[in-house]
Amino acid sequence: MTLQTTDTTITEELPFARRMFRMLLADKFALCAAIFLIVILILAIIGPSWLGDLATKQNLRGRNAAPFDWQRGWVWWMGADALGRPLLARIVVATQNTLMVAAGAVALSAVIGTVLGLIAGFSSARVNQVIMRLADVIMSFPSLLIAVIVLYILGSSILNLMLVLAITRIPVYLRTTRAEVLEIRERMFVQAARVMGASGKRILFRHILPVVLPTLTTLATLDFAYVMLAESALSFLGIGIQPPEITWGLMISQGRQYLTNAWWLSFWPGLAIILTTMSLNLLSNWLRIALDPVQRWRLEMKGRTNG
Amino acid sequence: MIPPPDSPEGAMLKFVRKRAVASLISLVGLIVMVFFLSRLTGDPAALFLPVEASAEMKQQFRELHGLNDPLLVQFGRYVGDVITGDFGESLRKARPALDVVLEAFVWTLWLALITMTLVTGAAIVVGSLAAFRAGGFFDRLSSVISLVGASVPDFWIAIVAIVVFSVNLAWLPTSGTGSLLHWILPICVLFIRPFGIIVQVVRGSMIGALSSAYVKTARAKGVKSGPIIFVHALRNAMLPVITVIGDQAASLLNGAVIVETIFGFPGVGKLMIDSILQRDFNVVLAAILVTALAIFLMNLLIDLAYALLDPRIRH
Repeated sequence: MTLQTTDTTITEELPFARRMFRMLLADKFALCAAIFLIVILILAIIGPSWLGDLATKQNLRGRNAAPFDWQRGWVWWMGADALGRPLLARIVVATQNTLMVAAGAVALSAVIGTVLGLIAGFSSARVNQVIMRLADVIMSFPSLLIAVIVLYILGSSILNLMLVLAITRIPVYLRTTRAEVLEIRERMFVQAARVMGASGKRILFRHILPVVLPTLTTLATLDFAYVMLAESALSFLGIGIQPPEITWGLMISQGRQYLTNAWWLSFWPGLAIILTTMSLNLLSNWLRIALDPVQRWRLEMKGRTNG
Repeated sequence: MIPPPDSPEGAMLKFVRKRAVASLISLVGLIVMVFFLSRLTGDPAALFLPVEASAEMKQQFRELHGLNDPLLVQFGRYVGDVITGDFGESLRKARPALDVVLEAFVWTLWLALITMTLVTGAAIVVGSLAAFRAGGFFDRLSSVISLVGASVPDFWIAIVAIVVFSVNLAWLPTSGTGSLLHWILPICVLFIRPFGIIVQVVRGSMIGALSSAYVKTARAKGVKSGPIIFVHALRNAMLPVITVIGDQAASLLNGAVIVETIFGFPGVGKLMIDSILQRDFNVVLAAILVTALAIFLMNLLIDLAYALLDPRIRH
């Protein structure tokens, strides 16, 4: 234990990125999940400009064309929707909106929730009480219903959807951060920093936040999946994203009326959601172990072939 | 007849009262939020009236409901109405909004009650067995269901279930109510997510309880596995489980909105979505507050159960 704190062992330790990469190789599920998510991310960036025209061009002769027709171009392999637009192209194009709403909501709620949590855990009892009551108000009501009401009153747009989903997820980060801060601030190194004369802000952001960050990263990964499901549910209900914009959830909803004769309309976008959320869940599981100094050896041992 | 505050009963009362006040603040916060969101973000007449309402109709509506009064006066009147249970008429059904909501609420209550009973029973049994044999059949079963619950959209499961069981196999009805068969698919779809979460909590809590000293003592005395799991360990492992059950029961309403809409189940979730899509704002308001009140009462019950089960909170 004492050896690890000396300078020599720290310089010998691999850089952060390479160490994480090795640990990723040790977990096959997490590796597949990471590769899949990178592909999805690339599609989200290039999708609309690459296949945008193809995904909106109607072709009434090809209405509800069946999937697995290898004779036609690859965009038709998943079949076509009720207006004869190729489903595969539409799924690729919808990736951007789907990810953007979720990413925006997660980023917003994580930042606001963490800052409020840091403040609640580190300031006077009264401020703490006010912040926690606010979180209770949000938590005491089903998140989907809050979203439904707010979207109804404010009208649904991509930005509003992001905001609403962010509001409902703030308490998750707030509570986690506060609980951790309450525990960490009693530790010796925080006491030491205070004795050395560090300001409250410096202690919070330079000493406490780095310790909380791994937990929050894991949480945000998991929450990304949750928010994606929530967005797709809202779009499915018809109060989320409105056409002509598309997300995977909206595509499922659009295919619903053709369920009995064209199952593929709803099936493929659903599969896209499942694969993405499942990848996020698997990656979050891996992150929890990889970022935890106590459990990290499980992955590091597996990665070594000769040891 | 109130027991003195230093007796165990007094302490428990104090605990429950403190929690009740906290939830009451949440409830009031919700009422304030709904009121100001609906008044400050534009013309309430546009929210309450159908889209095609004319300018005169809107003006008349504003005068009729005192929407030109100062905001605080309006808020006072609104709170007074809410307390006396007056939510106005449902525009769609031309009946008091509260009656419409309560009617639908009974359906949702039954759906949630049956689902949560099944979920709790199944999660306790499967979670305990999973904790008893790590890596065994029940352990794998519970992790698979948890992963499915956390990654598969419930509306997608519902749609696929309809295609498979109702359309292709024709075993179960697609939607509506009327017979017991109508309940099977909605309950099955609602079951997955809370089960996936509760079973993991049971498992984690049981692993802790099973490795404790008194379980080892019981085992050393020759007590069989069955009684060890379900009598000795389970009772002490139940506390975190009860908290999660409460949380999940409240968020079951999330699922209920989806499931009721897809299966045409006449509950409060479907009512809320229908009212929103057809701009029946009185019903939406009533539904929100009735639901919030129900959740408030349930949290109170959970706190009571907690205090009864854990002597450390009582004393």
